[in-house]
Amino acid sequence: MSLLADGAALEAKALECTRGARTLFSGLDFSLRGGELLRIAGANGSGKTSLLRIACGLLEATGGSVRWRGNDVRRLREDYSRELVYLGHAPALKDDLTAEENLEVACAISGIAASRASVRSALASLGLAGCEALPARVLSQGQRRRVTLARLALAASVPLWLLDEPFTALDAAASERVRALVAEHVGRGGAVMYTTHQEIAIATGRASRIDLGPGTS
Amino acid sequence: MLGSVRSVVRRDLLLAARRRSDVFTVVLFFVIVASLFPLGVGPDPALLRMIGPGVIWVAALLASMLALHRVFAADHADGTLEQMLLGATPLGVTVAAKVAAHWLASGLPLVVVAPLLALQFDLDQKSLGTLVLSLALGTPVLSLIGAIGAALTLGLRGGGALLSLLVLPLYVPVLIIGAGAAESAASGLGGEAQILLLAAFLVVAGAFAPWATAVALRISME
Repeated sequence: MSLLADGAALEAKALECTRGARTLFSGLDFSLRGGELLRIAGANGSGKTSLLRIACGLLEATGGSVRWRGNDVRRLREDYSRELVYLGHAPALKDDLTAEENLEVACAISGIAASRASVRSALASLGLAGCEALPARVLSQGQRRRVTLARLALAASVPLWLLDEPFTALDAAASERVRALVAEHVGRGGAVMYTTHQEIAIATGRASRIDLGPGTS
Repeated sequence: MLGSVRSVVRRDLLLAARRRSDVFTVVLFFVIVASLFPLGVGPDPALLRMIGPGVIWVAALLASMLALHRVFAADHADGTLEQMLLGATPLGVTVAAKVAAHWLASGLPLVVVAPLLALQFDLDQKSLGTLVLSLALGTPVLSLIGAIGAALTLGLRGGGALLSLLVLPLYVPVLIIGAGAAESAASGLGGEAQILLLAAFLVVAGAFAPWATAVALRISME
């Protein structure tokens, strides 16, 4: 079974991004097909997060276009966002809700069908067994990050994953688990685009890399 | 889509229930403002009866403005809003769900408390009923209009003051008609015309405000 049929799924042409008076990148082309892994590298301030936000349609590029299955992502709106998972810098957790409630709500918002049992097992798979009923307020930084990342364990049917620094604040075991989730997803024909500073090898067939350079400060 | 709407409403109500102080602050503000007037203007029953509906409406308007900046601020700060923008449900629908939850947590309590405050102003049975009905129709309009302003001023420094300036002119027609309803009822004219106008406001605002808010949110999140 393959999530995405062959042919470019996500295609960016001549992307340009300016923040204030600074041009972060220009003339950037890339394409991402099912079963591919794309890593965005670059120094702080080189525009990695901006690129991801442009790719998911949150930010409008100064120039160029991003297309998903041939259509502009800014026009597709929820037809596109239904097919992607975006995990940004912000944890998107509510301090007053428990880990389980947080994950349930996150899934409901992004349209991922998840039963209570599957939510619990997703949390357990990221080493949060026993923390389901704790409010996010009392969890540590790493544990909060794990709650956010637990969505990936439930998002197997969503073809495109866009992950912003998925490995920060994680210990070795959790980082290994996330790596396995990403490799599994690519293995089943999904596409993953992620940013990271750490040199983390993910064993997959087709991996490519965009280097945004040293940043302009 | 309905699942996501239900879960957003449920989540916001759950958050309000776990942070009850926010709800109490709004209600307490409403009660304090409306109770200070009789103390300030003196105990003449005829005068109080005359200013009662207006005072209660102004207090309700100010109280709902107090709660306004909270519609999106927390979700903006922790990144949930990004996820809503990238949600499977059209953003306008999600916004409508959030505004509904916001009204249930901050507008409905005002409608419930209003009859008690009306006692202080010696309002008769008939105008009391009209006042409560006008608040029940009018406060959701305030929340819907306010959400547009809250979305536009999201993440701005000094957004609170700007928000008040932005939505106040749009609140004025609702205030005039809402307060007018109970006054007409008290004077024996019957407040049906104003009530129908408020209902029309609610229908129009309910149909258009969420989409305007959605556009404003997309601009603020860039």
